[in-house]
Amino acid sequence: MLVTLIFLLFTIAVVAFHFYALEQGFWFPVLASNWALMDLTTKITLAVSAVVFIVISVFVCYCIFRFRRREGHSADHEPENSKENSKLEGWLTIFTTVGVIALLSPGLMVYRDFINPPADAIKAEVLGEQWTWSYRFPGNDGIYGRTNPKFFSLDNSFGLDPSDPASQDDVLVNTNTVHFPINQPVDIQLRSKDVLHDFYIPQFRAKIDMVPGQVTKLWFEPTLEGEYEIVCAEYCGIAHYNMRGVAIVNSVPDFQFWLDQQQTFGEFQQQAASSSGGVTDKDGELIARTKGCIACHSIDGKPGIGPSWKGIAGEDRVLVGGGSMIANDLYLKRSITNPNDEVVLGYAPMMPPYPLSEEELDAIVEYINSLGE
Amino acid sequence: MEYTDTYEGQRVSDAKSWITKYVFCQDHKVIAIQYSCVAMFTGIVGVILSILMRLQLGYPDVFGITAAEYYQHTTMHGMIMVIYLLTALFLGGFGNYLIPLMLGARDMAFPFVNMLSVHFFTLSVIILMGSYIVPGGPTGAGWTLYPPQVLLPGTPGYDWGIIMMILSVAVFIIAFTMGGLNYVTTVLQSRTRGMTLMRMPLVIWCIFLATVIGLLAFPALLVAGVMLLLDRVVGSSFFMPDVFQAGQHVTNVFGTEYEGGSPLLFQHLFWFFGHPEVYIVALPAFGVISELISCHARKNIFGYRMMVWALVAITAVSFIVWAHHLFVAGMNPVLGFFFATTTLIIAIPTAIKVYNWVLTLWKGDIHMTVPMLYAVGFILTFLIGGLGGLFLGNVGTDIELSDTYFVVGHFHVVMGISPVLAMCGGIHHWYPKVTGKMMNDTLGKWHFWGTFAGAYLIYIPMHYLGLAGVLRRFYDIRGLNYIPESVSDLNVFMTLTAIVVGAIQFLFLINIIWSYFKGKKADSNPWRATTLEWQTQETPPGHGNWPDKLPVVYRWPYDYSVPGAESDFIPQNVPDQSLEEPTHD
Repeated sequence: MLVTLIFLLFTIAVVAFHFYALEQGFWFPVLASNWALMDLTTKITLAVSAVVFIVISVFVCYCIFRFRRREGHSADHEPENSKENSKLEGWLTIFTTVGVIALLSPGLMVYRDFINPPADAIKAEVLGEQWTWSYRFPGNDGIYGRTNPKFFSLDNSFGLDPSDPASQDDVLVNTNTVHFPINQPVDIQLRSKDVLHDFYIPQFRAKIDMVPGQVTKLWFEPTLEGEYEIVCAEYCGIAHYNMRGVAIVNSVPDFQFWLDQQQTFGEFQQQAASSSGGVTDKDGELIARTKGCIACHSIDGKPGIGPSWKGIAGEDRVLVGGGSMIANDLYLKRSITNPNDEVVLGYAPMMPPYPLSEEELDAIVEYINSLGE
Repeated sequence: MEYTDTYEGQRVSDAKSWITKYVFCQDHKVIAIQYSCVAMFTGIVGVILSILMRLQLGYPDVFGITAAEYYQHTTMHGMIMVIYLLTALFLGGFGNYLIPLMLGARDMAFPFVNMLSVHFFTLSVIILMGSYIVPGGPTGAGWTLYPPQVLLPGTPGYDWGIIMMILSVAVFIIAFTMGGLNYVTTVLQSRTRGMTLMRMPLVIWCIFLATVIGLLAFPALLVAGVMLLLDRVVGSSFFMPDVFQAGQHVTNVFGTEYEGGSPLLFQHLFWFFGHPEVYIVALPAFGVISELISCHARKNIFGYRMMVWALVAITAVSFIVWAHHLFVAGMNPVLGFFFATTTLIIAIPTAIKVYNWVLTLWKGDIHMTVPMLYAVGFILTFLIGGLGGLFLGNVGTDIELSDTYFVVGHFHVVMGISPVLAMCGGIHHWYPKVTGKMMNDTLGKWHFWGTFAGAYLIYIPMHYLGLAGVLRRFYDIRGLNYIPESVSDLNVFMTLTAIVVGAIQFLFLINIIWSYFKGKKADSNPWRATTLEWQTQETPPGHGNWPDKLPVVYRWPYDYSVPGAESDFIPQNVPDQSLEEPTHD
């Protein structure tokens, strides 16, 4: 009857959609790490689910057709606790339990591997904040310098304890781009400066939350050279969707070359102390990326949570509540240190204040100016 | 065991004025309708919010929805649907209406407190909607309200919206507790003569156990809310660690820095409530389906005893699975093994229930009425949703699927689609008793097929988006190279379908209203069901439910198609011809 056919049609449509999805690419991204067993477990679960779904759906369709109301036909009456019932229930329970164990086993095996990084893994740290990423490597001594949230400041963005000798050679990567060597397991520790985040590279499969006040752990072994997107997988505020980074998997020599080019904590400290070291205008872009400005302000005109910086320098800005202001250097600096005093029309007063140094403000303003008309 | 003969003299409220008949009424049936109407109103708001979200996802930047607004919509949509629609309608609506009637009681054990509970519920809704008028608007932290972001700039409503949300939820919990105590007491104490626990209809078992779950789980949410409120209002650091945001350490309302708090503590408390909560919604849905299938297939529910034991097992195990929501949250890794195991264990009694519903259809006499359509739709969609749970409960597979659209697809199917189908089937089924009119079958069928089709069209693809790694709570996924181009077309398709399905829900509301005035008049038992609520002398039943003597129960609720009987059903209050006194099974 028609109803049965429609239900059956939907069941078939689900199966058909699976093949359509494969064709359209609604499927796992290319695997670029060692976590093939995760994918396999998921695929096994999918296969088992598909069989159960098809069998029970078809059986339901059969029942509603075969046992439909018609003249001369009536239902069975099964008294409570009949022998046949209990036996059937028993077998169904056993069958389901076996199925559950069959699915759980590979999953627990994967998990056991997941929480046990190999002994020969190199170490790396990911530090998350609203709304960008930064990274630290333990340096030649192989030991991370001690950190404490108390030490976070504009000059010490990794919260390192300067009195700990192990901090000096820690390699600090202040941009959102990190490199990993191919075919080498990486044992990652993760921290957050402010709120919950989650470090996730879809092609690597592994992910873990980053919790402020805690250190969490993750490991993977990249198996494919290339450039991968890092996304945040735990809601962390309005620019959560834009908290993106880049992970580049290199050959071991290329990775080492990149690592050697990065500055250590000791070098940063020396630079800050010496008077000739200072913020240059090239640093404006670096600061914008490091501090996460570009999560909300695009540099190419694309609309975002905050106004794009492209072409705004010197322009007339219409403000919420009426009135307008020319976006000169002073206005731009005020927009950074006291962002909610003058909000551009069409935007919400959501930006937290950034008390940057005069040099940093100059650098950013210079960078915004350079983004032209 | 006291029988309710002694309650014959129970004073039934003697309402006379409009206020005492319709506003401050102590009759459980009126309270049930009030709960249902307020819940459905919040549901309409929830559907509108979901359409706004889908507009942004399908057509980014076209409709001027800002990121802040988008996250406020997701938060309010989630909280409204889970708590204010589903929990309130199933427990406050169905629970209030059915418990006294199906048990042969005149009303709840505490009618005055019952009345208070619906007014507290209404107050909680008013406070919730009040989020829209405070500075900064509603909180946009996600319905899970995780600290520290929920209290920090960068999240909408971090200052006032969150206070309104916590207050609203706290008032709801007060309402729930009042109702909960009523239900538990009434089920244990007010059953009529002959109505043993094992002769209660399954829907009553389900609502009873769901209430027990709630009474034990909601306190965790209340406590978490109070602690969060204290962090916000008095500057404590229950959940707030040392936060370095935008260049400075965050200070509380008194200007001192937060430090030492644990965001993970909130997550444990929240999910200790949050997981049992989904069973608070699912169990009444299960119960409704059991009643619909047995009645409309004219067949006793297969394995009644096992169904009860499965419910008890689900109730108990539901309290030891919560940390499957924290597999990638940063909790002690060893806990992953334990919670994955318990979560997959709870799949077993749940599967047994699905088998038993299907085996009830087997060799039945299936009348494909509108309620039966909803019941079959429930089985098929719950099957999909439940199977999806196997992926997420298994820690090894959850790592790659966590926070993706696989999760969103899963919970929408098990919490949104299946329970809503059960709800609509239940309303269609019991409407003749509540109003004395039949609902319109044509509108019912259009609504069912539209909703059922929509479920498949929207949520099956959504699971695949999750496999592809598309993340949830993303205002905009453009610019991500790992996501295939075709996903944006899929998002458009899902949005258009959602708009159509959202509109189709109004067919159901129109049916409710139209049928009240123009529906075919119903007699006392149009579906020829066995349970006590259909055996009342008046339809709709008046105050006190049974004008003279309370019914006496002689049999279980599933004597359908008994061989040798005159008709294909024997109501519970019909004695066995050979016996005078009720038997105790």
